[in-house]
Amino acid sequence: MSFARSVPVACVLALAVLVAIGLMLPEWAMFLTTMAFAKGMVALGIVCLMRAGLVSFGQGLYFCIGAYVSGLMANWTGITDIFLLSALGIVAAAIVAAVFGPLLATYRGIFFAMLTLSLSMILYGFLSKLSVLGGTDGLNVMAPTFLGYAPEGRALGLALYVFTCTIVVVAGGLIRVFFDSEHGLIALAIRDNELRVEYLGASVRNEIAISYVMAAILGSLGGVIAGLAIGHVDPEFSYWTTSGEFVFVAILSGYVSIGAVFISSVVLEVVRSFSNLYFPNTWQLSLGIFLLVVILLLPNGLGSLLSRLKRKKRSS
Amino acid sequence: MSADVLVTETVNKTFGAITAAQDVTVAVPQGAVWSLIGANGAGKTTFVNMVTGYVKPDSGRILFEGSDITMLSPRQITRLGIRRSFQIPQLCAELSVLENMLVSLSINDTEPPSFWQKARSASDVERAMGILEQFKIADTYDRLMGELSAGVRKLLDIAMAISGAPRVMLLDEPTSGVAAEEKFPIMDLVMEVLSAADVTILFVEHDMDIVTRYSQRVLAFYDGQIVANDAPDEVLADEVVQRYVTGTAK
Repeated sequence: MSFARSVPVACVLALAVLVAIGLMLPEWAMFLTTMAFAKGMVALGIVCLMRAGLVSFGQGLYFCIGAYVSGLMANWTGITDIFLLSALGIVAAAIVAAVFGPLLATYRGIFFAMLTLSLSMILYGFLSKLSVLGGTDGLNVMAPTFLGYAPEGRALGLALYVFTCTIVVVAGGLIRVFFDSEHGLIALAIRDNELRVEYLGASVRNEIAISYVMAAILGSLGGVIAGLAIGHVDPEFSYWTTSGEFVFVAILSGYVSIGAVFISSVVLEVVRSFSNLYFPNTWQLSLGIFLLVVILLLPNGLGSLLSRLKRKKRSS
Repeated sequence: MSADVLVTETVNKTFGAITAAQDVTVAVPQGAVWSLIGANGAGKTTFVNMVTGYVKPDSGRILFEGSDITMLSPRQITRLGIRRSFQIPQLCAELSVLENMLVSLSINDTEPPSFWQKARSASDVERAMGILEQFKIADTYDRLMGELSAGVRKLLDIAMAISGAPRVMLLDEPTSGVAAEEKFPIMDLVMEVLSAADVTILFVEHDMDIVTRYSQRVLAFYDGQIVANDAPDEVLADEVVQRYVTGTAK
């Protein structure tokens, strides 16, 4: 099957499977999966940057922008349509990323990571002090509508879950196409040897800025979904520990597989939820041990399992 | 030979107390094959770095086909048609030989890189394999850099540079680190491919057998200056060159 057809077919199949699973899930599990997928979107953005050799410790910035855009638009203008809110979140994140992206693209390594972190903390401080935006308490967010459909109770959870799965599948498909594209290959080359890429005639700075804007859009979409799923947004969305969680998921998944990002996000949510339930005082310890084990056994993340299997098959 | 394709006018460069280039003035005609010789630290690589934009001269001008390129970035200079290979091949270690070539083709295609077109499309793979075959390294297409011999790495480095149809190619020690028996075959191959593409060639070299065999003219560097600029036999017979460059003075 050709590339142009295989990605849409895989997306439709994945969506069908996810929706079928969702119909069987209890409400708490549906919420957990929705949140995991929302966070997975942000982590997918970090993976886009990781493929170009960079890690952002400040993706909470865009997660928070998306969440606040949905909350504020719903509260101030009465817009509750999730499609419109998502579009507004994308536009807001793209504008902010277009301003900061070209500047950040001149930095590498820890400098890039720390600058992204500082931007997210500036937003955290700004939101915490601004009482008109709810200060540290944040804002309640109205329940979303879906092109005029206004579900309640379990139906709302299910509609949000299906919407999230659709966004995840479409975004995942588009990012897969990007990873396999010429720009995607150039990003991988930058990760390896950016001097060579410049001497071949490509702008490393532009390529990184492109990945940064894509990461911002994904982060904002995750924020819109999370804000609407929780029904409340607060400055913690932009706090450094929130950004750290996304990095955690990205490390857990590796930069090879898109599916692994969402699986890792679900695994993390499950481990955290159950650790929180059974070890309420030491759940961070269990999470840390879990990450250590994964790094030791799979240094390139869960996604590398598939490529390992392929290599084994080829060699045998 | 036709008009000068590359000209440097009284180019100077110092790194602290070290003079890396002093009044370097050269005019390279289109289609020339010239070599750059000199002891370590004589200024050969600085010359290559200045022409390709990696290092900016303190004073002087560098002209490519009549246009001033002195302050342009490496990327802009590459885009104009000046390419280089490196003393230590600059390759993408986690990508295969074929993928390295595909990166080069993606960047150097007539169209800008695409967000949608698959980098490993059948037509691109065919083109990449064609270039690898020209350099006789197509059989290594699926290998990673760590699995390649020094000679293959050198050839891939040059193959990646040539995919953008350059007008001028600067080869920084194309045979350094290569086994003695591989040197001439590699140079034969490189010269054959580059000559067929009508590329002006400047190569840095320490091996005088290679210099005399492949270059039409030699620039001898010493202490940042060009101390001789003539045909290989003339330069290698020059007393100053023998004393300061080749160390063959009696």
